[in-house]
Amino acid sequence: MATLIAIPILGVLLILQTAVISQIPLLRGTSDLVMVAIIAWSLQKTVKTAWQWGIIGGLLVGITTALPYALPVFGYLLVVGMVLLLRQRVWQVPILAMFVATFLGTIIIHGLSIGVLRFTGTPLSWLESVNMITLPSLLINLLVALPAYAIFGDLARWLYPAELEV
Amino acid sequence: MERLKSRTIQTVILVLVIIGLIALALGGYLTPLSRYALAPFISAQTWLSTRFQAIQSYVAAPQDTARLRQHNLELEAENSRLQSEIIDLEQQLSETRILQALVDFARVNPEDRYIAAQVIGRDPSPFLQYVLINRGSDDGLRRGMLVVTSQGLVGRIAAVTAGAARVQLITDAASAINVRLEPSGAQAVLKGSTTGDLSLDMIPQEASVQIGDLVLTSGLGGNYPADIVIGQVTNLRSQDTDLFQRASVQPAVDFTQMPIVLIITNFRPVDVTPLIPTPSTP
Repeated sequence: MATLIAIPILGVLLILQTAVISQIPLLRGTSDLVMVAIIAWSLQKTVKTAWQWGIIGGLLVGITTALPYALPVFGYLLVVGMVLLLRQRVWQVPILAMFVATFLGTIIIHGLSIGVLRFTGTPLSWLESVNMITLPSLLINLLVALPAYAIFGDLARWLYPAELEV
Repeated sequence: MERLKSRTIQTVILVLVIIGLIALALGGYLTPLSRYALAPFISAQTWLSTRFQAIQSYVAAPQDTARLRQHNLELEAENSRLQSEIIDLEQQLSETRILQALVDFARVNPEDRYIAAQVIGRDPSPFLQYVLINRGSDDGLRRGMLVVTSQGLVGRIAAVTAGAARVQLITDAASAINVRLEPSGAQAVLKGSTTGDLSLDMIPQEASVQIGDLVLTSGLGGNYPADIVIGQVTNLRSQDTDLFQRASVQPAVDFTQMPIVLIITNFRPVDVTPLIPTPSTP
């Protein structure tokens, strides 16, 4: 159930992203709703399906984007790995972890995108890409992170209800 | 007898006085007198009437307020309905204008066959300038077909599914198009960028290019047909030490406001790769 529900949720977020969010950029940067959702979901302590969400999100984005198909899948799995590392080892303040994970996740996805596009022959300028796309996207993703964490927290509590001691 | 006579005289005098007063009143001679005489009565009546109306209004107010509130709610609902109807009609008008422009464009170029499609989204990656359209291989679309609007060239189809297609815009960083500048006739290469700006490269130094020159597809390379409008030169950079001139281009198409596009279905790109000589070719 917790895995299957990723398909409609991430699908709706992707539709929202392509139809609405991509049309209202800040400079040239836009929010990556699917990535923020995967991070918010993976950070919930009770969640056991983070990897599945990463794969489903990557496949959905891979179908839609003109980026090489494996890049979103690989990128989101890297992000999930990073989030699980943060969740297990370091962070006791989940909100702060959400912000840190969003920051690092945006850097990972954008770094991979720029690297792969340059490798495949697209003449992208590092400086221009970072200034015009990555930094504005980072700001928007951080703004979306807080409400996303709250919403996916509620979803996790609904799907994984706390066990009561009798 | 004496009493009767006296009363008759009194009555006659009274009647005469009344007739006199009426005659005076009809002649308007009593107006100033009546004004002073009636003023206190009018003031008193006004005072009393004002108080009565205030009390009546106070007593009747709750019913009126409720009725007015209900009326107000009805009017607000009517207003909302009319507002949404106006928005709907404006949207229809806007779409009709766009379609009319596209039909005019198609009439001007009768040799081409077109399919209209709606732009339904953009690529989720901000590094790419692609749009998604709601027509696919079921509608006869193929990879490489050209996408235009009535203003000019939009791009070409990069990927197709049964019901949708992905269009690479000419502003995409990976896009490069052979173009011709008018009226100079100079050949150049139009390139997109990460920021969505268009620039011209490889303009020969001897070419006499001016700001405002028209940029059209040249047809070289076989990927695009000739003479499709792209935009205008807005800025020219030329140095004696450079091999080529460079220029910035203002696209004719507004890529942020592009709800409907046309796909030219009878154009097939020509693959010239086998004709390009390689080092191993004798």
